[in-house]
Amino acid sequence: MSDQLAHYATKIESLARGLGLDYYPVVFEQVPDSFMMEVAVYGLPVRMPHWSFGVRYIYQLVQHRMGHSRLFEVVFPGNPGRAYLAHNNSLQENTLVTAHVLGHADFAKNNLLFQTSQEQVGYQIVEQAAGHAHQISMAMDEHGVEHVEAVLDAALSLEQYIDIDQGLRRPRYAEYAPGEIPKVADGFQARFQALPSDRERPSAAKQRQRAPIPAHPEHDLLWFIAQYGAELEDWERDIFLAVREESFYFYPVFACQIMNEGWASYWHARLLREADFLPSQVYLDAIKAHSDVVRPYAADQQVSLSINPYHLGFSMWEKIVEEQGLEAARRIMQQNDDFGFIRNHLDDALAEELKLFQYTARRDGEIIVSDSRLHDLHDTILGPKYNFGAPRIYVEALQADGTLELRHEHDVDGRGLDVPSAEKVLEYIHRLWRRPVVLHTVDEHGDLRKLVRKRRRDSL
Amino acid sequence: MSDNKDIHTPKSQAARWYDLFSRGARDWLRHNEKVREAVRERLPELISSGDVISGDGERKVQVPVRFLQHFRFRLSESSEAQGVGQGEAEPGDVLRRARAPGESGKGEGGSGEGSLEFVLELKVDDIVDWLWEELQLPNLQTKAGAMEDDEYTREGWDRRGVRSRLDRRRSLKEAIKRRSVQTEGPVFSNEDLRYRQLVKRQRPATQAVVFFALDVSSSMGERDRKLAKTFFFWVVQGLRRQYTRIVPVFVAHTVQAWEFNEEEFFQVRGSGGTVASTAFNTVLEIIGERFDPTRYNIYLFYASDGENFSHDRQPAREALQALGRCVNFMGYVETSGPQMKALRTETADLFRESASQGTPAGSYPLGEESDVWEAIRGFFRQQQATEEA
Repeated sequence: MSDQLAHYATKIESLARGLGLDYYPVVFEQVPDSFMMEVAVYGLPVRMPHWSFGVRYIYQLVQHRMGHSRLFEVVFPGNPGRAYLAHNNSLQENTLVTAHVLGHADFAKNNLLFQTSQEQVGYQIVEQAAGHAHQISMAMDEHGVEHVEAVLDAALSLEQYIDIDQGLRRPRYAEYAPGEIPKVADGFQARFQALPSDRERPSAAKQRQRAPIPAHPEHDLLWFIAQYGAELEDWERDIFLAVREESFYFYPVFACQIMNEGWASYWHARLLREADFLPSQVYLDAIKAHSDVVRPYAADQQVSLSINPYHLGFSMWEKIVEEQGLEAARRIMQQNDDFGFIRNHLDDALAEELKLFQYTARRDGEIIVSDSRLHDLHDTILGPKYNFGAPRIYVEALQADGTLELRHEHDVDGRGLDVPSAEKVLEYIHRLWRRPVVLHTVDEHGDLRKLVRKRRRDSL
Repeated sequence: MSDNKDIHTPKSQAARWYDLFSRGARDWLRHNEKVREAVRERLPELISSGDVISGDGERKVQVPVRFLQHFRFRLSESSEAQGVGQGEAEPGDVLRRARAPGESGKGEGGSGEGSLEFVLELKVDDIVDWLWEELQLPNLQTKAGAMEDDEYTREGWDRRGVRSRLDRRRSLKEAIKRRSVQTEGPVFSNEDLRYRQLVKRQRPATQAVVFFALDVSSSMGERDRKLAKTFFFWVVQGLRRQYTRIVPVFVAHTVQAWEFNEEEFFQVRGSGGTVASTAFNTVLEIIGERFDPTRYNIYLFYASDGENFSHDRQPAREALQALGRCVNFMGYVETSGPQMKALRTETADLFRESASQGTPAGSYPLGEESDVWEAIRGFFRQQQATEEA
């Protein structure tokens, strides 16, 4: 980091603290473009090797060459937080980015979802992910690349299937179903029951019933397979749990994207506005960089078919702070994720001001603007975010012969699964589960479908 | 903690871990390796598609492949999707028109992954290696000709020689040996230098001539030719593993036969009937003129639809018998519709007859592209068998 930037950064930090931002120390590091690109692909600086990242990497590379994307910074929450700034950012851009990073750091320390996640996963995700990568490389040396890849094929394809409410570390199900809760015996009943009787009372053990597995519809597929896959090797379970741990880290990032980017944008704008120590040229250039990032659509266009989360979040926070004050805004920041944030704080007035509209894209390519109410608008914005962005699938039963029975909640998702890709995923799971795997869903005509993967000699 | 301590800049920029290797490139290479494996599993399809053979002497083939897809659960595609946009738009506005039918919908919807194709270049030699593994064929023994080729091989060392043959490892060893007995000598001296020597040796000639005879009469269609060409191509690739030098000779015939160069050969188009003996006799003539059977391993492959004129039966039989006496192997490829797989034609009979008389000969039906694979397998298996016998 250049002296000049370090100088500004120090001042911006004290300004930020003065305005009530509260964050763990942040370690800044300037990194080359190639590094930024890899973070965009892997989500983390060092992550487990898998060929599918290679494909995304090439896409990213092509896109980058064509100049479609540019990354200024990336921040990893934790204590300390880690911020990586792109090497070829100008001083002005980096000034803006430093302020932006502080907004993220504040968000990550105070938002409840981030808090819980960090309490569970830990405060050093960058190092932990590197640890997982190392663990998996070791496994490759020991068990062969092909075998480890088969495990990762399955685990990474189920990446989104965690249950955030059950938490990262959770006990196995109780072995036995809870019996009938004995009535609290009053004095007489207690004495009556203590009387010797000629009828033999059933022993406690006989009364107990084995609890079904899973005890309830289980949405944490990664956990369930790691815990109850009878045929899994221990190191295979470890890989599943490593992927799962990273998913717990990724979830809040995913579920708070609009809020989080908006919050950071709000703060970089505000901090720069109040940074009277910046020379006016630096300020102007930085603000220009700001308006490039926080804009609804490309400069040469009138309409965009997607919303820029930076712009939407930024506009919402501006309005909230203006109307309700900073205190209230901080409280909203702490207690919400994007679902609550959009539903409660994107109102008709703002939607109109931002010229948000809903459209219908037909399969033949036609796109028509539709007339819609605010509620539909919320739903369409949030639609891709439900359930970590994946179809809702849960473990229904573990049958006596070891068959894993999955069910897709097609009524909740509105339609069935794409059958060919579902079959491929079942194949990944089956290679590891090694007993039959069954999935219930509906096909594109709405007819019930039961997809089965088993070896020929397996009975079902 | 005071404010200015919150920003650290790592001091040592010397060994930044992320510069040591690119994780994206590593995973990309692994992906490509997997694609190669996948291609390899599809070899039978690959070698039977005629398009693979690009150019004549070219030693590489290009195979278009898709990116591998890592599958996840996803919802089936719905007929229409909802989205939220931003900007000047009123309900009812059409932001994009429907595509005209036939126009492709590339880039619409989905993650976009799996839609990109890239071209994988495979070396023909690699493919042949895979084939050999796949077919579990041993390398065939070379029949040594009577003639011998001169060959230079390395043998021994000398203190004098040209600089390019200086053996540094050996020279260093010599220096170490010398110093172990000579305590006060120089570290290195001219006396230590050793040069590799070459000697002239003679070894049996391993060369082969492969005759490709093709029936170009009007009954042979475009498809038949392509099948024959594909088969010829892979046979040559296989034989290349055995022989240091292969001379291909191309002969086409209708009621007459001519020798062609490779380029013309596959384009030549004749009209009229089929008189196979003309081709066989031309081959015999060429052998007599240019390829002494004691010096060359001789192979003949003949592709036809099998409809030889019946009055040519006797001349063809005689010519085949003469050929049988001087060739290593004769192969007959019959390109006919799938319904005619049974090799019941006139020409097939002739080859069967030769084979029963002890001539190394084989017949392979090529009804459709997938048969090429079987035919190649059949040919090389048979070669192996004749050799073991």
